[in-house]
Amino acid sequence: MSDTHAQTVPFVRDTMLPAAPPPTRESGAVKWLRENLFSGAVNTVLTILGILIIWFLVATFWDWFAHSVWNASSLTECRQIIAATWGENARGACFAVIRERWNQYVFGFYPQTLYWRPTMAFGLLMVALAPVLFSASLIIRRVVLAITTLATLLCMMVLGAPVGWLVFAALVLAGGLLASERNIAWLLPFSLIYPLLGVWFLWGGSLWGPIFVLVGPLLGWLAWRLLAGISPLLATVGAILVTVLFWLLLAGDAAQSAQAVLPLSIEAVRSDRFGGFLLSITIGVAGIALSLPLGIVLALARRSDMFLIKSLAVIFIEFIRGVPLITLLFVASLLLNYFLPPGTSFDIILRVIIMVTLFAAAYMAEVIRGGLAALPKGQYEAADALGLDYWKAQRLIVLPQALKISIPGIVSTFIGMFKDTTLVTFVGLYDPLKSMSDAVRANIEWKGIYWEPFIFVGAIFFLICFGMSRYSMYLERRLQRDHR
Amino acid sequence: MTDVSASASPPFRLSMLINDRRYRSLTFQVIVFILVMLGLWWLIDNTLRNLALMGKSFDFGFLFQRAGYDIPQTPIPYTSDDTHLRASVVGLLNTLIVSVLGCIAATVLGILVGVARLSRNWLFARLMTVYVEIFRNMPLLLWILIIYAIFTEILPPPNAYRGENATMSMILFDNVALTNRYTAIPTLGMTNDPGSLDLGARITFNWATIAFVVALVGGWMLRRMIRDHAQRVQDRTGDRPVTWWKSLAVMVLPSLFLIWYFGLHLEPPSLQGFNFTGGLNVSNGLVALWLALTLYTAAFIAEIVRAGILAVSRGQSEAAFALGLRPNRTMSLVILPQALRVIVPPLISQYLNLTKNSSLAIAVGYMDLRGTLGGTTLNQTGRELEAIVLMMLTYLAVSLIISAGMNVFNASVKLKER
Repeated sequence: MSDTHAQTVPFVRDTMLPAAPPPTRESGAVKWLRENLFSGAVNTVLTILGILIIWFLVATFWDWFAHSVWNASSLTECRQIIAATWGENARGACFAVIRERWNQYVFGFYPQTLYWRPTMAFGLLMVALAPVLFSASLIIRRVVLAITTLATLLCMMVLGAPVGWLVFAALVLAGGLLASERNIAWLLPFSLIYPLLGVWFLWGGSLWGPIFVLVGPLLGWLAWRLLAGISPLLATVGAILVTVLFWLLLAGDAAQSAQAVLPLSIEAVRSDRFGGFLLSITIGVAGIALSLPLGIVLALARRSDMFLIKSLAVIFIEFIRGVPLITLLFVASLLLNYFLPPGTSFDIILRVIIMVTLFAAAYMAEVIRGGLAALPKGQYEAADALGLDYWKAQRLIVLPQALKISIPGIVSTFIGMFKDTTLVTFVGLYDPLKSMSDAVRANIEWKGIYWEPFIFVGAIFFLICFGMSRYSMYLERRLQRDHR
Repeated sequence: MTDVSASASPPFRLSMLINDRRYRSLTFQVIVFILVMLGLWWLIDNTLRNLALMGKSFDFGFLFQRAGYDIPQTPIPYTSDDTHLRASVVGLLNTLIVSVLGCIAATVLGILVGVARLSRNWLFARLMTVYVEIFRNMPLLLWILIIYAIFTEILPPPNAYRGENATMSMILFDNVALTNRYTAIPTLGMTNDPGSLDLGARITFNWATIAFVVALVGGWMLRRMIRDHAQRVQDRTGDRPVTWWKSLAVMVLPSLFLIWYFGLHLEPPSLQGFNFTGGLNVSNGLVALWLALTLYTAAFIAEIVRAGILAVSRGQSEAAFALGLRPNRTMSLVILPQALRVIVPPLISQYLNLTKNSSLAIAVGYMDLRGTLGGTTLNQTGRELEAIVLMMLTYLAVSLIISAGMNVFNASVKLKER
């Protein structure tokens, strides 16, 4: 620019002004409030409504919670403490019932001296689950396993576990930690035998039973090795046949004679001693572990080309999905002795687990069928083009993707099933929600206590179910392979 | 299996049954068929032997014997002198009543909550999230028990409403009284009762009900005709005639006329002595069950609705705005039809779940199908096998009918593929 121009213009800014702060109503908390709470008439009304709801909840429940008593031996004593501390008309929660009846809520009527056994079973369950649930992240595994190890050993010590079992649990947990640091796949054999181990810990009895159950598949594997040279199909059929025949005909007697020769047993606990969260978690874990494979098989069967297989799967799935779980539980408790050979009767918890598993598996099958249907046809065709047979195609290409798609549905089926374990109360088992709370109320000390047990049990269920749904979100993110 | 491997010795043809893909599936199906038949035969044989051992038979004759127990809530006339069959039908109707009421309320609440969770209002959206998460992650039985306990433990007895300075007052314009024994609600009264249509078996329908059904169905069909006509005019001329007042008139006016003609009015309950009379005293079991089913299922429906609305991509509404459609038109013509496609199938299964979950009536003593056929009748006659089989088949039939009906609706909203 020329000099003349510079002279005619009275003022030229040669530096930038510092940025002025935005107006107060357009910045900080005020802006946030304006945008998120009071952006219009409807929004303002909703905000006020929300504040009213919160205020109502706080006004109704705050003093009740604030005056809660955690240390008393009966409801009357609770009320006396509340009246003495906060005046005659004060209300207060009496969470002392949870403290008093903690053992009953957690273990049911399990023998008190054996509380360490379910505790150990639960601790080792976490070890068995580690390679399945937390295979990807070393840090998560470290945290989970370290907490499990500490908590399990501590609880077992407090509950008076024998030294031998403490050492055993410590060894397994240490092995779990070691495997987690080196190679998590080392734990998979332990995960496979854990179901037998867990059942043995919980119900006790002779160790020979689980051992001979385990021998069945081993013999089956031997048969498979022998026959594999002749025909793969024959080998599979032979292996299954050998296993089942061994279980049906030999295992029971063999276990008894082995027990007679070399007694190896821990104190047996009958099923009617189970109750509380021990029962819920036992049924829940067993149901989850069994319903997923069964659900996969049913889903594949329903998509099969074979008419008969498909029809059977459809009939089974639609029948189970069409009736309430309660009626199935009634079948388990009232009708199974009609359907079995006269004189046989088997454990009620096992019957309930079977029914819950069948129920969840039907829903699971539909969820997985959705995943299978959502998989692009190209994937199936690619598997065929590679020359994979049906099972290889399913195992290597189809199912990994279909299961990944169905994770949210699978986990919500799990959550639903875990919540449904409370229904066992209607066939006479002591679930924590109804039967156990009724049992607590049946006592004169805690007659008339309603809300505290409900809140406690509800909170535990919430923690477990919410945890499961968060885990499914984590899993979905972890398995996401596209759009990276 | 054994015969297949044993008979594989004659060469070629029979081995093809296992090794040739064309025949293998057939072989497999035959084997499975035989196994299933063997399994069924085993079950039936066991059942017959067990029945013989117990000296029982398998027949449904007990359904026609005298029931001999009372049911508190009977949609059709029923006394303890009636048969077990009639008691079961009463139970089935009670199941349907709580299911239908629950489905309606849960849908309304679920849609409201689902939309509210998407609202831009931070506080309200968070509150609704808390509601949804709390209700979805706790067992339904817990909610039923809690709500029932609120009714039985906190609410006062009916006589709290008595006297000049009563401790309780009725809510909803003096129409509803909540007590610890029942909830008193108003009934519909008619000054000009047209009498009833007798269907036999002491089942009657009031002519007024029939008239209302006819009026509503007729109004709905007229509305469709008006809409189709408007569409035709629009196709021909490009202008759509204003029809909302006609539609409103044919939908509402006949009903209004019938209300006036029959003199329909609410008869609120009033306290006579120790109890409310005049209205309808609904058992707290039903109210608690209904509320719990509604709140629980609504949390699931809210998530379905939210997912459905989120599934419609933003480009769709932007395109609609670019075409010049107003927001409510965008909603009704562009977003909703696409969202419904995602919403309806899971909604159907929620309705089915609600119907099946209504069997938890066992926890509150509401006499539904499980309470009558699968409860008192079963215990009185000792016919576990027949009662439970019949109950399961009934639930199955109800489920299949609901899903068939909803599938028709689903077919009408789903993507029309050519």
